[in-house]
Amino acid sequence: MRFSQHRGGWLITFSFVLALALSIIPLPAMLELLRPEWMAMVLIYWCMAVPSRIGVSIGWLVGLLLDVSRDALLGQYALAFALVAFLTLHLHQRLRVFPIWQQALSVGVLIMLECLVVLWIKGLTGQSPGFWKMMIPAFTSLLVWPVIYLLLRHVRRTYNVS
Amino acid sequence: MTLDHRTEYVRHVRAGLAVIVYPLQYLVSVPANFLDWTGETLASRETLQEQNTDLRRENQALRSQLHKLTFIEAENRHLRELLQSSKRIGERVLIAELLSVDLDPYRRQVVINKGDQDDLLYRGQPLVDAYGVMGKLIHVNPFSSTAMLITDPNHALPLQVNRNGLRAVAVGMGSEGLLELLHLPNNADIQVGDLLVTSGLGCVFPAGYPAARVLEVDTNPSLPFARVIAEPLAHLDRSREVLLVWPSLETLPGVSNPCSFAVEESP
Repeated sequence: MRFSQHRGGWLITFSFVLALALSIIPLPAMLELLRPEWMAMVLIYWCMAVPSRIGVSIGWLVGLLLDVSRDALLGQYALAFALVAFLTLHLHQRLRVFPIWQQALSVGVLIMLECLVVLWIKGLTGQSPGFWKMMIPAFTSLLVWPVIYLLLRHVRRTYNVS
Repeated sequence: MTLDHRTEYVRHVRAGLAVIVYPLQYLVSVPANFLDWTGETLASRETLQEQNTDLRRENQALRSQLHKLTFIEAENRHLRELLQSSKRIGERVLIAELLSVDLDPYRRQVVINKGDQDDLLYRGQPLVDAYGVMGKLIHVNPFSSTAMLITDPNHALPLQVNRNGLRAVAVGMGSEGLLELLHLPNNADIQVGDLLVTSGLGCVFPAGYPAARVLEVDTNPSLPFARVIAEPLAHLDRSREVLLVWPSLETLPGVSNPCSFAVEESP
């Protein structure tokens, strides 16, 4: 009977798959540096919307998949995403009532943290590209967040994901 | 993470997860492949004819050169026999295709569509294209593999100057797509335009493959070493098909093969 309360699991999965595809789709070299952190944004949204289902462990798993598809060090994104999921779970009640621009700013900060973790790990393994370059995705994610938020909210309300 | 960075233990975990991700990587690369395909199908008749004549001419030229080469090869083998030196055997190759997938923008890596299931690929296997050395495999998964290009900052390639045999190590410069030759003294005999070929030292790349051409030599007496920049010959950004090479490792009579450790790694 417990499972009947949860609905739309396939939608959540599909949104993650789509985000994963977007984060490895080939782009011209200039745009590649600007690529927003799609996976992290989708993770933050679901953590915020259905915190009872999506949490640190899902974040870790999703990060592991991104690690493999980007051929990064195994566990690099997993750790960063687990941290992001943890913070979002802590803040989700506050994030929900923020106006959208303020929400975008907080998401920007969260993704900046994620990039920072990745930057540290890269620095430790001797392949650091430089601080500001690594922070570009955080800014582009901040700009894209309202679109993602409105889209996923629409999807969640239409299909009644809970 | 430390386990992955320092050891080999989590290789199977990565391979397993890579199988899950592979269909997605394949799907993502479909649009780019489709564009290529339409470009080929919709090419005009004149273009095709032009291409055909060009290719035929090139084929003829190459074939005449090949005849000469067969003769030289036979002569070389004969001379080596006379010298009782080791023989060079032909290398086995396999054609693989690149998947159009973007990895980390700050590293120079590509994904190819061949893996453990297709052939006995191994970590560190060299990758070349029609023009020169491209890189080597760093992760072999069941259906796909990842290769590090020679322009990656973490990649070092043992080379020698074709003109005089001067040895050097070329390290990738990352996003600029160039190589830097490290630790060459200011008075080293190296000039702009010199062809650099693989030296076969380090037991990863077979000797004698063209790799790069010297672009810039900057000798500043106040610095301990000359600054030598080279440009890779392989079309790292444009190639769609690559060759995987199984280097044939030479054995000298009476001497244990210095490269035998490289063979043991391949299953």
